[in-house]
Amino acid sequence: MTAPGKYLGIALGAIVIAALIVVPIGFNRYGLFILSQWAVMTIAAIGLNLTLGYAGQVSLAQGAFVGIGAYAAAIMTAQGLPLIAGLGVAVVLCFAIGWMLGYPALRVQHHYLAFVTLAFSTLAFLVFRNEEWLTGGIYGISNIPRPHIFGLATNRPLPFYYVCLGSLGIVSLAVWRLVRSPWGRAFVALRENPVRALSLGIDTRRYTLMAFAIGSALGGVAGTLYAPLTQYIDPVPFNLSLSLDLLMMVIVGGAGFFFGPFLGAMIAVLLPEWLRFTQGYYLMLYAIAVILLLIYSPSGILGILDHYRSGRRTRAMSALRAVAESKLETAP
Amino acid sequence: MLNLLDLLLAGLATGAIYSIVAVGFTLLWQTSQTINFAQGEFVMLPAFLMLAAMQAGAPFWLAIPIGILLSILLLGLGFKMLLVDPMLRHGVLPLAIATMALAIGIKEAVKQFFSAEASPFPSIVPAGDVSIFGRAVSLQSLGVLALAILAVIGLTSFLNRTSIGHQMQAAAQNPTVARIIGVPVERMILLTFLINAFLVALASLLITPIYLAKFSSGEVLGQAAFIAAIVGGFNQVRGAIAGGLLIGVVDNLSAAYVSTQYRAAVPLLLLIVIILFRPQGLLGRAEERTV
Repeated sequence: MTAPGKYLGIALGAIVIAALIVVPIGFNRYGLFILSQWAVMTIAAIGLNLTLGYAGQVSLAQGAFVGIGAYAAAIMTAQGLPLIAGLGVAVVLCFAIGWMLGYPALRVQHHYLAFVTLAFSTLAFLVFRNEEWLTGGIYGISNIPRPHIFGLATNRPLPFYYVCLGSLGIVSLAVWRLVRSPWGRAFVALRENPVRALSLGIDTRRYTLMAFAIGSALGGVAGTLYAPLTQYIDPVPFNLSLSLDLLMMVIVGGAGFFFGPFLGAMIAVLLPEWLRFTQGYYLMLYAIAVILLLIYSPSGILGILDHYRSGRRTRAMSALRAVAESKLETAP
Repeated sequence: MLNLLDLLLAGLATGAIYSIVAVGFTLLWQTSQTINFAQGEFVMLPAFLMLAAMQAGAPFWLAIPIGILLSILLLGLGFKMLLVDPMLRHGVLPLAIATMALAIGIKEAVKQFFSAEASPFPSIVPAGDVSIFGRAVSLQSLGVLALAILAVIGLTSFLNRTSIGHQMQAAAQNPTVARIIGVPVERMILLTFLINAFLVALASLLITPIYLAKFSSGEVLGQAAFIAAIVGGFNQVRGAIAGGLLIGVVDNLSAAYVSTQYRAAVPLLLLIVIILFRPQGLLGRAEERTV
């Protein structure tokens, strides 16, 4: 990126962040709920983007990890423990399970891996539904308290929205640094050419497991926020369709692009709300919009921008070449 | 105590329907690398098409061919031309995601245009029991099993004994060579989609009387078909048939002997074990990896 482009990017980012902080102040309860939900789903999608977009492993289990995180948070806070303890348990649990689930990724890839994670997702749902002593079964867990942050209660929608937004900010920064570290580059190497990555001395086994575990742990983080956001959880939101939705978010936004999950979650969470005036048709229209987008650009929305940018760069370069050539021809 | 024979029969009957769906699923994968995540919704929809025809005044016997025909048009021709053809060049994953979106679209459309409630669906096999060796056996299970077996036999003999069947297999196994020896590959691929649409319509006709017609019933069916296809062998028609029967029986037996709450878990565990230790499936060939 050129220097002015970089400053433009920073300025744009600052405006968006400022808008996310200031604009919702006037929102009603429902608007804040939707925005908080966007922040939570973005965190889960960022995790999946790490697994899928950067490391190239298809996972259909991210929804299950959100569920594990949500139940961990709900059960811990119901015992009177602070949410941060729930967060700790959720992250450790999801990391460990994600690590174990990564083992099939070492043996099988692509669609087979998708099916292993799909099976895991359904198994997790069955456990949520059937283990009543732990999860409350189909009745779920209600009255999940919202946390106190630095002694401030976040019961009201606006403060809790800031909790979600702040968490999203922290996760984004951490992942931003991660994908630019040697680890992030190893993940990409894994996706692009596993054999070559191995021959270059990258421990592909460890990095595959790592990609799965970190991505899953972020799903757990999202779940930890989801439970106090809705203040009531039951197994239904964490069934397979959440995993499919999250996968669609990542692909629609643009897998492998840092800002892909932000856009994808925005479309998945906000677009149905905007289409609500169409009443019962809104999810249908959403499905059609997703299909049309994928037909036009399989690499998602950011794929269109990327394509446009590289096209412009190619044109600029060929213009320069043409000028250079014409100079050569006119030279005496 | 439920007796084993009844369980086996009921298991084989649902399993045979899973087989039909799973065969369609593997056919699409073989000929055009389409992992159809909407396959379950494909099974759910034809029943509603038939119900719609009946609401429009057609008798049941006429509604069946209308439903099958519409299904072939929509889920065969329409699916291929409007979704698969434009997406195919983008690769396996975007196409799979697009079918997930399609699944949402079909579910929502049925919910919106028909009903969110479960509707009863007439059975083509009369209810009641017949006595075999002095034991009452459900006529419906027997009839479903017989019809499903007939369909499977019909399909395998079409694939293995007719010229078009051979051409289809050639087109699936090696399109380049098939094209050289004069097989109209594009037409064969289209035919696969039409056959899949026919198979799901048939499965819909057989399974809906058992489970009722509901917009969300495709989720369970689709998953059963996936598992059947993978357990049996993703790239083999006979594998998908065996897988379907196996999943049907395992599902029914585990409901009776393991736990009704975790009956769905047993086929899933079977799936994970199979993928880990025999990823090509019980009857499948190993797929060559191009790394």
